Amino acid sequence: MNDYKDIWIFAEQRNGKLMNVAIEILGEARKLADKKGVNVGAVLIGHNVENLSKDLISFGADIVYVVDNPLLSNYTTEGYAKAISELAKEYKPEVILYGATFIGRDLAPRIASRLMTGLTADCTGLDIDENGLLLQTRPAFGGNLMATIKCPDKRPQMSTVRPGVMKRAIRDDTRDGKVIKFDADINESDIRTKILSIVKEAKNVVNLEEADIIVSGGRGIGGPDGFNIIKELADVLGGVVGASRATVDAGWITSDHQVGQTGKTVRPKLYIACGISGAIQHLAGMSNSGTIVAINKNPDAPIFKVADYGIVGDLFKVIPVLIEEIKKLK
Amino acid sequence: MNILVLIKQVPDTNEVRIDPITKTLIREGVPSIINPDDKNALEEAIRIREKVGGKVTVISMGPTQAEVALREALAMGADEAYLLTDRAFAGADTYATAKALSKAIEKFQYDIVFCGRQAIDGDTAQVGPQIAEQLNIPQVTYVRKVEIEGDKLIVERALEDGYEVIEVKTPVLLTAIKELNVPRYPSIKGIFNAYNKKEVKILTADDLEVDKNELGLKGSPTKVVATSTPNTERAGEIFTGNIKEAVQNLVERLNSRHVI
Repeated sequence: MNDYKDIWIFAEQRNGKLMNVAIEILGEARKLADKKGVNVGAVLIGHNVENLSKDLISFGADIVYVVDNPLLSNYTTEGYAKAISELAKEYKPEVILYGATFIGRDLAPRIASRLMTGLTADCTGLDIDENGLLLQTRPAFGGNLMATIKCPDKRPQMSTVRPGVMKRAIRDDTRDGKVIKFDADINESDIRTKILSIVKEAKNVVNLEEADIIVSGGRGIGGPDGFNIIKELADVLGGVVGASRATVDAGWITSDHQVGQTGKTVRPKLYIACGISGAIQHLAGMSNSGTIVAINKNPDAPIFKVADYGIVGDLFKVIPVLIEEIKKLK
Repeated sequence: MNILVLIKQVPDTNEVRIDPITKTLIREGVPSIINPDDKNALEEAIRIREKVGGKVTVISMGPTQAEVALREALAMGADEAYLLTDRAFAGADTYATAKALSKAIEKFQYDIVFCGRQAIDGDTAQVGPQIAEQLNIPQVTYVRKVEIEGDKLIVERALEDGYEVIEVKTPVLLTAIKELNVPRYPSIKGIFNAYNKKEVKILTADDLEVDKNELGLKGSPTKVVATSTPNTERAGEIFTGNIKEAVQNLVERLNSRHVI
């Protein structure tokens, strides 16, 4: 157990571009490593991606472990799982963090099972306890409960971390670090899935996680047409449209707009919740926003408890006046 | 095709309430349901059997009450049902859950192991991949479409901004998302058969070839050390009454915070 040290992150890249969540967990890993006085390792897997090492070092990595192989040019569960498992057996990290993306959530449990260690999913908080163990906090039961979890007897301690929750690391191009190239002995027979194609879907790309202003609609907007006025307010503010689970489940809007425990976690500077009652499952996705405004006709709606400002009133009457007043300002 | 479908009985989290003092779940009066993603897995398994023949076997691990979920699965059209229930499984994290389920799966002939992507009580999405690793079979998670071509599957796996088309040979483990299909309602005849003609067979830890220290709380690498209710309250300033004044007050506050 004492052979295990350093805090690693899985530096997920797609098409040679680092995922935002990789920079977020790198920032978090840096904090944890400084608390323990150990190094931060970043694991970079792919083909012809070594150029990203420089970025990872600037964002806080001390060591970048590169596994480069043409068989790894696209993500496959088994190829990546072998690369990281072999690296972990060789270099023995104490902690490995992964972004909880559709890839991270496919990969991390496969590795945890192979390394016979624990894994905590979708963490929203990480810390080190008095004995140096990783404290992993995550929502459970639809965000109704927060659980803090430890992995005392197995190594590495592993977590996936929700995108959008941790703050991005700050870039410092003067930082130094080293790059270790590792041959994980990946063979074609290791990978039993064959990717025939990767298709990008041309939906209106809703980038909730990076928006500065989000205007969200809930059940109170009454129907799919209710999103017209939400969109109008978002446009005036230069923001994007979010939605509660109820509206997505009802088919009023597509799920890429969904904010909450089962949707996206967001932390915009301004979040305006319109006709959203404030179920815990929704709050779990937006309560870290800078300023929260609630517009709801029910004065007892729980959303007012998490809001900095609230207007009790019919959103169809309030929002047009709000749009008018904002236009005056601009 | 022999298809094993893994289902979990879960409390409907839309109805879950937390006791503010003990910080534990109030389970009384909360309806139990088949986990939604698992229902999509079951529906797809039944559709595959309808197309190419074979058998659909459902397995659930849980307390004896989980029999209700298995009966519902039989009513939807599953051929056989097994309940994995034993005190030795209690307190299992995802690793120990996957261990018990893989040991149970090894007792069956299978081409596909089909699970839901994740359960709404834990939201971890870990048990499927952990089982695939234990069984040493490939996995495809977040499955939104399946086509069968002999012993090959052509599967669409959802990504954040699109999807991948993946070819894989059986045996394979798949995890379903809700975009995969719309689960059917059980027919009256299906319900009758589920309660009168079919049975839910019980498996206990003794039926599995596994060291009991690898099961339940003992076999779990992760331990829950604390639970709490999220504290998200802010001292809000709430405007009521005249809408125009309320809006002007709000805009003034937002402007002074430089957020608009």
